[in-house]
Amino acid sequence: MSAQPVRTRHHNWYVLGSYTLLSILAFVFVFPIVFMVVSSLKPDLQLLRDTASLNAFLPIGDISLNNYAAAFDRAPIGTFIFNSVFVTTVTVLIGLVINSMAAYSFAVLRWRGKNTVLSIVIATFIIPFEAIAIPLLLIVNSLPWLGPEGLQIGWLNSLHVQIIPFLVSAFQIFLFYQFFRDLPTELVEAARIDGASLFQIYYRVIVPISGPVFATAAILRFLDMWNQYLWPLMVVQSERYRPVMVGLQYFFQLNIAWGEVMAYLSLVTIPVLILYLSLQRAFITSIATTGIKG
Amino acid sequence: MSSIPATKRLTGVKQHENIVGWLMAAPAVVLLTVFLIIPFLMAFIFSFTNQRLISPNPTEFVGVRNFTDLLTIRTLTIDPILDEAGQPVLDDAGNLTYPRLREFTRNNPDYPELDGLQELLSWSSGSQRVFLLSSDVVFIRALFNTIIFVLVIVPFQGGLALILALLINQKLSGINIFRTIYFMPVVVSMVVVALLWRFIYDGDNGLLNTLLGVLTFGSFQPVNWLGDPSTAFPALMVMSAWQGVGFHMVIWLAGLQNIPETLYEAAGLDGANTWQKFRFVTWPGLRSTMIFVLVIITMQAFGLFTQVDVMTRGGPLDSTQSIMYQAVQRGYQAQDISGGSAISVIFFLLVLFVSMIQRYLTREKAA
Repeated sequence: MSAQPVRTRHHNWYVLGSYTLLSILAFVFVFPIVFMVVSSLKPDLQLLRDTASLNAFLPIGDISLNNYAAAFDRAPIGTFIFNSVFVTTVTVLIGLVINSMAAYSFAVLRWRGKNTVLSIVIATFIIPFEAIAIPLLLIVNSLPWLGPEGLQIGWLNSLHVQIIPFLVSAFQIFLFYQFFRDLPTELVEAARIDGASLFQIYYRVIVPISGPVFATAAILRFLDMWNQYLWPLMVVQSERYRPVMVGLQYFFQLNIAWGEVMAYLSLVTIPVLILYLSLQRAFITSIATTGIKG
Repeated sequence: MSSIPATKRLTGVKQHENIVGWLMAAPAVVLLTVFLIIPFLMAFIFSFTNQRLISPNPTEFVGVRNFTDLLTIRTLTIDPILDEAGQPVLDDAGNLTYPRLREFTRNNPDYPELDGLQELLSWSSGSQRVFLLSSDVVFIRALFNTIIFVLVIVPFQGGLALILALLINQKLSGINIFRTIYFMPVVVSMVVVALLWRFIYDGDNGLLNTLLGVLTFGSFQPVNWLGDPSTAFPALMVMSAWQGVGFHMVIWLAGLQNIPETLYEAAGLDGANTWQKFRFVTWPGLRSTMIFVLVIITMQAFGLFTQVDVMTRGGPLDSTQSIMYQAVQRGYQAQDISGGSAISVIFFLLVLFVSMIQRYLTREKAA
């Protein structure tokens, strides 16, 4: 809807109505998050009592960081956060290189069998991860790994089992492919005439002008990886390699301490929210650009 | 210039590009093959065997047995019990009485095809009682639920996202703050969201009951949203939409902002009102965005898993079962790899079928 003429016609009431509706909706989207953070500051008894009234959203009563201290005592949270940060960072960075390189090859270079391979890659979109999780478990369980302890068979209980299967993303390849394909061909042709090698064209010409699509791919992958749940649940039993979402299990033993649960949820969510709020324009444009070309 | 003939040089260049092209695509292609295509083919193969994670017996090919175990559905019509005089026997309340279903489905030599089947549904038809029987009631329930979930969530979430996008697209000051807030749940993990919403839906002091109580000045009767089979699945749907709607809102927004302002101006000159502008300018301009939103919500909705796992584990009374939850339950928790794989294959065929229908329908309208 074009807002300009509408606004001039209904001016005050229209604007007031819009802001009221927008604010009600804002409350709907934000209240669980406010509840989480506020509750993480309250002792268990008060927390459970407060949910019966609007006090649930107010940081009042016996407010402290005790739940955070208790949560750190209960579980090796530092290890979980380190694991998640490591897995996420490595997957995002290496993934960007592998996927963008493949997309460049598909979009710019000419080679035999390219179209067949590309259509297979795009067709794999349709396979959801949950549908292949079990056979994948059998595969990683029989793959060799050369680690500090020598040659081992099976990747279970490690960080690399959480990284390597997720490096490639058909979606990411497609995202890069669309972007590279629409770049002006003169750029590539000019570089070819200047005698640049095919690989140089990739990292000297294409990569420097593709910042936005790299940001998009990185942000989407970051969210996926930070929030990994089912796969680490299946392949990591040892606490040394556990990521943050699976670490939650520590707080669900007998007599759940809800204050600690809230503290933990806040700990794993607030950093992502801060990152989102400081880069929100990039986050939102990144999602928006995925849709434009459909 | 060199003395090599031009054609030969060209072949050399082509050959070089062939090699470089392959090399640059190779890491992605190899990883995709090992970690996606091969497991996918394995799921297909396992679904025709009796593979288990740990088993003393060798794996055998069992044909389509895993599929018939999941999908067999039969009807059975039972006549009322008659006494010696041929009159129906009535119970205390005056209703017709019927033989127990168990007599037909447990080792009855007259009905070998019904052996082991369980009741899915039953209804009366005249004096007879009709039963719909299934070999795997829980799976059929999961299949049915997932389809309902997709059918509800796609228009509900997609429509809500469009309304939000239209609201956000207004030229009001500070509008970006609202855009930022509406998108916020998208960056929060579904595991975290699902746990928080357990508090919201709690039957005793749940936040939803509290809020509804405040809004209705205390006249609202508390509901145990996740504990009641009739509200648990709708509750799951609302929460899923809450988490995901911001994502699709942003995609709609991009589509809206791609519609040239001049079209609205022209419509305004022609005397179009707000609704007509939406109907004849905005909506047609959003066609390709609509297809994209439709496809991604459908794909995400079919994969329903985390919400179920964290919030309800399929209950109460299987009212929140989903296909993926069953696949993981059996393949992983129960270590029945072939059964889990068969579910994955059915799932894949279903998604493939639906996306082909969607593609067909959206193509039809374009003509």
